[in-house]
Amino acid sequence: MKTFCHCNNHYGLENSSIILFMQNIQRNCGYLPEDELKRLADNTGTPLMDIYSIATFYKSFKLEPQGEHTITVCTGTACHLRGSGEVFEEMAAVLGVGSGGGTSEDGKYTLEKVNCLGACALAPLIVIDGHYHGNVTPGKAREMIEEHYK
Amino acid sequence: MVILFGFTLNGFEVLAWENMSILEVAGFYGIEIPTLCFMEGLSPYGGCRLCLVEVGPVGKSRLVTSCTYPAREGIEVRTHSQKVLQQRRMLLELYVAACPSSKWLQDLASKHHVTEVRFKPKGEECILCGRCVRMCREQMMGEAIGYVDRGTQRRITTPFDKKSEDCRLCGGCMYVCPVCQLRCQGPKEESTLCSSCLNLYPPCAEKFEEVMCYMDPCAACELEKG
Ligand code: FES
Ligand code: FES
Repeated sequence: MKTFCHCNNHYGLENSSIILFMQNIQRNCGYLPEDELKRLADNTGTPLMDIYSIATFYKSFKLEPQGEHTITVCTGTACHLRGSGEVFEEMAAVLGVGSGGGTSEDGKYTLEKVNCLGACALAPLIVIDGHYHGNVTPGKAREMIEEHYK
Repeated sequence: MVILFGFTLNGFEVLAWENMSILEVAGFYGIEIPTLCFMEGLSPYGGCRLCLVEVGPVGKSRLVTSCTYPAREGIEVRTHSQKVLQQRRMLLELYVAACPSSKWLQDLASKHHVTEVRFKPKGEECILCGRCVRMCREQMMGEAIGYVDRGTQRRITTPFDKKSEDCRLCGGCMYVCPVCQLRCQGPKEESTLCSSCLNLYPPCAEKFEEVMCYMDPCAACELEKG
């Protein structure tokens, strides 16, 4: 696992760059491992508590290892009205994660919800590994996963 | 050089100097404003809103937290107007509903004549006043606890919910906590509101719109009436 240390030179050891460091760790490790955050606290002099607060405040920071593929289902108002609930349920069943989302046991998939991706005209919307797919139905979503991500 | 200036506090002219909060000035003049998250020696936080006062001329006033609001020249402040009393009682009602087991909150509620709680009691263990967080940081040189998550999930804990290496077990956090101390009936109380120490509601508030009184507990006028 790579550590963040090489990026020290990029930002300078400032409290205000703490989020950049954390993003860097997440980019390298896929999530924010505890030891890395501890090391970050030691190196920057920022209290570990503050780092942990930030990590839990922003939804995009992950404290748990993520699956190889991330599937995000939008549950914003527009998507909800156009049936994102069923899409989510279907995805949970296909990927083998709990009804609340999460990472599958084999570590292959992570399923999560977001509240509006800002593309409501395409509702309901899912994002697979950063690629947006609009107007999905439970069936279409299942097909997509089975064809490309199995 | 200290610059002194004047403003109106409950109808009379008072003096204050720069960087004093309304709460401090009021305290200096012997006017008691209830507080919860404020504690001397810790930085003001402005989280509990219990120290509300009315600032501005009648009809154009707004409610501000006196612990964080700096006194300014010429402002008009009322600490015990009808509006303030009403809001304070509402807040206390909410706090008691959130955390009925706290002696501190029950005492405050009684003192401010909260006689009913119209909300569903929640039995929370923390009201997020943040006194412990500031105590740890500002007085104990530790950074062992802080806020985690946000919105309705927000809570106070240690990093990764594990015992913190920064913690020296001083107990300062419990010492300043307003909800750690259980109410007199013990943890399994039956009613949401204790009311054992209920104070009397100042009858002068209805007549004069504002309480200006040095009787504590307030009883004299009520007894006279009876
Ligand atoms: S509600 Fe799903 S994109 Fe806006
Ligand atoms: S004491 Fe002022 S807001 Fe809590």
